[in-house]
Amino acid sequence: MATAKTPRIDVMKTYKLFINGQFPRSESGRVYEVKSGTTFIANPSQASRKDLRDAVVAARAAQPGWAKATAYNRGQILYRIAEVLEGRTAQFVEEICLLEKVTPAQAKLQVGTSIDRWVWYAGWADKIASVFGATNPVAGPYYNFTIPEPMGVVGILAPEKPSLLGLIDSLAPVLVSGNSAVLVASQSAPLPAISFSEVLATSDLPAGVCNILTGFKDELAPWMASHMDINAMDISGIAAKSQPALRVAGAHNLKRISSFTSVATPERITAFLEAKTVWHPIGV
Amino acid sequence: MKTYSIIDGSESSLKNFLKTLPGVDQVGAEARAAMLATRSIKNASKAFAIDLAISMVDLTTLEGADTPGKVRALCSKGLRPDPTDSTVPHVGAICVYNDMVGIARKHLDAIGGEEIPIAAVSTAFPSGRASLAVKIQDTEDAISSGAAEIDMVIDRGAFLSGRFGEVFEEIQIIRGICGDRAHLKVILETGELVTYDNVRKASYLAMLAGADFIKTSTGKVAPAATAPVVLVMLEAVRDFYEMTGTRIGVKPAGGIRNTKDAIKQLVLVNETAGPEWLTPTLFRIGASALLNDLLQQRMKMRDGRYASPNYVTID
Repeated sequence: MATAKTPRIDVMKTYKLFINGQFPRSESGRVYEVKSGTTFIANPSQASRKDLRDAVVAARAAQPGWAKATAYNRGQILYRIAEVLEGRTAQFVEEICLLEKVTPAQAKLQVGTSIDRWVWYAGWADKIASVFGATNPVAGPYYNFTIPEPMGVVGILAPEKPSLLGLIDSLAPVLVSGNSAVLVASQSAPLPAISFSEVLATSDLPAGVCNILTGFKDELAPWMASHMDINAMDISGIAAKSQPALRVAGAHNLKRISSFTSVATPERITAFLEAKTVWHPIGV
Repeated sequence: MKTYSIIDGSESSLKNFLKTLPGVDQVGAEARAAMLATRSIKNASKAFAIDLAISMVDLTTLEGADTPGKVRALCSKGLRPDPTDSTVPHVGAICVYNDMVGIARKHLDAIGGEEIPIAAVSTAFPSGRASLAVKIQDTEDAISSGAAEIDMVIDRGAFLSGRFGEVFEEIQIIRGICGDRAHLKVILETGELVTYDNVRKASYLAMLAGADFIKTSTGKVAPAATAPVVLVMLEAVRDFYEMTGTRIGVKPAGGIRNTKDAIKQLVLVNETAGPEWLTPTLFRIGASALLNDLLQQRMKMRDGRYASPNYVTID
């Protein structure tokens, strides 16, 4: 038993990826250095393209189940994530202060805004169908419905800063409609994303629905863009000059690639929806 | 029919011979199989291995829900696995239940796949629990409908209770029916044989009784074609070749679902039995889902981007 005089040995955290509900290291074994100025902060995993591939396999397998869950259930799970996030505010504030060179007050504001933003998107879960769906008047003895459906697997390149709020702004609108996601976190400030994956792992979100990778965006982005089993991408976190090359690479499977300037708008939800039109005869 | 001078054909000589087989070092076999699975494969070798693996696939459908339509679709896929790429080789064989053999043969002949043989599972597959008369009739039926390969199951109950002579005779009888008309693959169903020692014994028993191939499993019992089991069987065919000068083939089946697993099998073959076995005439892989993964890996190597299952056929 340690007495007050014996100094405690710190238990250092190993920062890992989040794939299929588990926390593996990169299959490549690589890590990279994250610094704040010249101060060493952490050695998170540097995901390889094979980690990306594994994440897509997990996301693809999880997507139908997530889309099939009732909108109400999806909303509840997303709200649960906000609850868990709230309880870990202090940890996120600390990590943001450390990496983004902001005051504690600014960091706290970012975390608070992130949680509110997440709740705002969670509320959309059971409203998407009624707001973006339609019954269409047609010239025939039919009902005609337009039903919004999730696109499938969405690749996200999250913004560098704000590290937590940027992640939430890009992730929440993708998940809420029933897509699954493979997200590459902020390269310079990845710790909030890694802690956020721990929140996801303890919030009833089915394994594989959201997968979070840390590493070099320049290395992963081309593989994500050309991946034939990713249906859409959010490349808001990529510099404007690098975006056209990704759009070209994504053209092989007609990937829908979006980059947003707005935050907290339904546009970010509809960007990852497809419309299914159903004809139904009347009076039969 | 081939006979070997190792035994004189009597049950006692068979038992005496099987007794002389050394036991399998379980820890050693598992460690060696695990070690061989860690080999890294460079791109040029991988491209070669993928095409070789495709040509070794016994494309299989063994479901109660099989229909003539599904079998015909499977045959078409076996001939041209990737309709967009004619450089993909055709598979090793099409493996179906007895009553689908005629349909498969007719369809393959009609679409130009005459060189692809049909393998039929036989002798009351998968349990093997039927009278000898039924098993004989089962085999006759398959061959007369056009099967060129017979995948028979051994009577595991008899084997496990030590009635080796009975198992031996049964294989010999089926071998006799196949004659020159069909290749005989003997399914040991290693998942039910419990120990590696039994796998080794059953391998020798089947080879001595005249098997052209020894096959791990039916695919209906787990575990199926695990790497240590395949290793033990490959050692058996290698040693049998040294004893008799005859090369017997090996067919792992069941549980090999992706390219990585298939390449691990090929490494096992190369390192255990030797490169002479790296041909569809001496090594086959029984699988259904594997082919799609091989095709996706091939597309990835060709196009330089990760492939999607949306671009290969389901059946």
